[in-house]
Amino acid sequence: MNEQQLSYREALRLAIEEAMNADERVFLLGEDVGNYGGCYAVSKGLSETFGPDRIVDTPLSESGFVGAGIGAAIGGMRPIVEIMTVNFSLLALDQIVNNAATIRHMSGNQISIPIVIRMATGAGKQLAAQHSHSLENWYAHVPGIKVLAPATVADARYMLSMALKDPNPVIFFEHVMLYNESDINPAPEDCPDMHSALVRQSGEDISLVTYGGSLPKALEAARQLAQQDVSVEVIDLRSLRPLDTKTIFESVNKTHRLLVVDEGWRTGSLAGELCALVAENCFWSLDAPPIRVCSEEVPIPYPKHLEDAVTPQVEKIVNAVLGLLNKETVS
Amino acid sequence: MSQSTKIMHTENNKIHMDIAHIKFLFKQMLRIRRFEEKCAELYTQEKIRGFLHLYIGEEAVAVGVMQALKPEDAVFGTYREHGHAIARGLSMNKVMSEMFGKITGSSRGRGGSMHIFDVEKQFYGGNAIVAGALPLAVGLALANKMQNKNNVVACFFGEGAVAEGEFHESLNLAKLWQLPILFVCENNGYAMGTALAISESQQHIFRKAQSYGLAAHAVDGMNVVEVESAASQYCHRIRNGEGPCLLECNTYRFRGHSMFDTQLYRDADEVEQWKSKGPIIKLKRWLEANGKLAADELSQIEDEVADEINQAIAFAEQSELEDVRDLYLGVYAEENS
Repeated sequence: MNEQQLSYREALRLAIEEAMNADERVFLLGEDVGNYGGCYAVSKGLSETFGPDRIVDTPLSESGFVGAGIGAAIGGMRPIVEIMTVNFSLLALDQIVNNAATIRHMSGNQISIPIVIRMATGAGKQLAAQHSHSLENWYAHVPGIKVLAPATVADARYMLSMALKDPNPVIFFEHVMLYNESDINPAPEDCPDMHSALVRQSGEDISLVTYGGSLPKALEAARQLAQQDVSVEVIDLRSLRPLDTKTIFESVNKTHRLLVVDEGWRTGSLAGELCALVAENCFWSLDAPPIRVCSEEVPIPYPKHLEDAVTPQVEKIVNAVLGLLNKETVS
Repeated sequence: MSQSTKIMHTENNKIHMDIAHIKFLFKQMLRIRRFEEKCAELYTQEKIRGFLHLYIGEEAVAVGVMQALKPEDAVFGTYREHGHAIARGLSMNKVMSEMFGKITGSSRGRGGSMHIFDVEKQFYGGNAIVAGALPLAVGLALANKMQNKNNVVACFFGEGAVAEGEFHESLNLAKLWQLPILFVCENNGYAMGTALAISESQQHIFRKAQSYGLAAHAVDGMNVVEVESAASQYCHRIRNGEGPCLLECNTYRFRGHSMFDTQLYRDADEVEQWKSKGPIIKLKRWLEANGKLAADELSQIEDEVADEINQAIAFAEQSELEDVRDLYLGVYAEENS
């Protein structure tokens, strides 16, 4: 059974299906999740299995149906809300930031909002400037919500299950370039929890911290750098809020260098926050300034060559690492 | 919670109520009025801070609608929700303490005037994003429907909320899914300082609801009996599975939008005119004219209300502030909860 290949998309579907079978409070709500099968085909076939009362198609009303999901969670249900892309989620930002994130605290800890809000994020499919952005950091900025960015098939499968059991509102980011990634059907042990950063590859010379759609690029860069005798430790954040700073600091204290790869724009990025945290906490063990590879500060353009020029690519990552190491050699 | 409704309808649909119930409504409105008058004083004494939006003039809406609800029904209020909270049955102690920012407040003092919550009373705030609670109310009604609970969700909002997209999205979803929800529009004519006439192309809010297929009409929001009667009929429909309804209550706020409002946008005459047909004075006159409220009975009611308010103030004064060490409590659920 475990030898069978599973795609990231199928892993998500399996997690949803399993949760819906195990708990009748779980239901899926969103645009085109039912009859159409989900705009990225995650919920394909689920409507036939569970019917339109549990796989609920909504009108184009992001604020309305995300708020309805939050209200349903207050009312004892376990909603999964799918938003087509992070760009569209901005229409529901009021509900997520002003309600989901605040109501527990603002009510004096009386109200739980166990909701999972899933959305696609990121560039790579030539969808231009209103469907391609990486705004994970906007959500990671906000106390009261948890923010997850699974980058592997195992994490898609099991972090979603865990998120559905969490009593807090969880924002769940699915990078569009990961949906077709596949792996052998993972076992639960492949996903220890939903909060820890994981060392995806151990190394000695530099800590490369990344998440979501940039993980495959980071691993490829690490492979190429190994051929030049540079040993890269690749850390996958997985959870963007809370951040597992312990794993990051341990790694940086070992390698003495930090590169963050983040598809968000550089200014005000999560990468910036990670650099600040490392500067504050690991300053005396650093051998070089913390550096970042982020997206260029332009709206994502449509043509492939320009889209690629905006987002972090393997070559950029490799050069950033070599640049950092050479600089040191020079000084 | 209030006593159950005593409304009966004769064949010509004329309303008959038992006098004891009408006096109960009168006292409920008076409790809110006097409580808030005191709040305004306490604000000038700086016991209450932040924004304080008074409901004075609009009491008949909250009191009337609450009579139609059962304890298991849910209520979503606005940021002008002291009246909703008190009419719903939250103790004045809890509400006053909340305004003092004390730990004995309904939200441990975390929310203040605009964020009164009490899950035990099925009271879900206290929402200070105009129209922000409408989708939540839709969601709670959806949860009730999915769990086969025959409960009503009552969602209050001002006419200013109607300009927000969330109002339209929520009405559409509620009707589309045939949800058990009563929308209550408190139309006081002004969204802060913006008159309805300069913000809405269609100024009859109920017509907007009708266009989404909801049963909807407008009532005199200064007449508590009329509000109760209309809300009861709608709740009856909703419990019968006939879908969402909207009640537009035409009312007026006698005070400014908040304590900072200099009221440049309206004439003093207009305010005085509305005051003369206020919900409390109107009902008082009716009771007196019909020989149902003697002077000594009125002063007894006033005394009881004053005692309750004084106790609430003493309770709030004596209550503790939350320990700063608990600041992070409730940002997230405790582990294993």
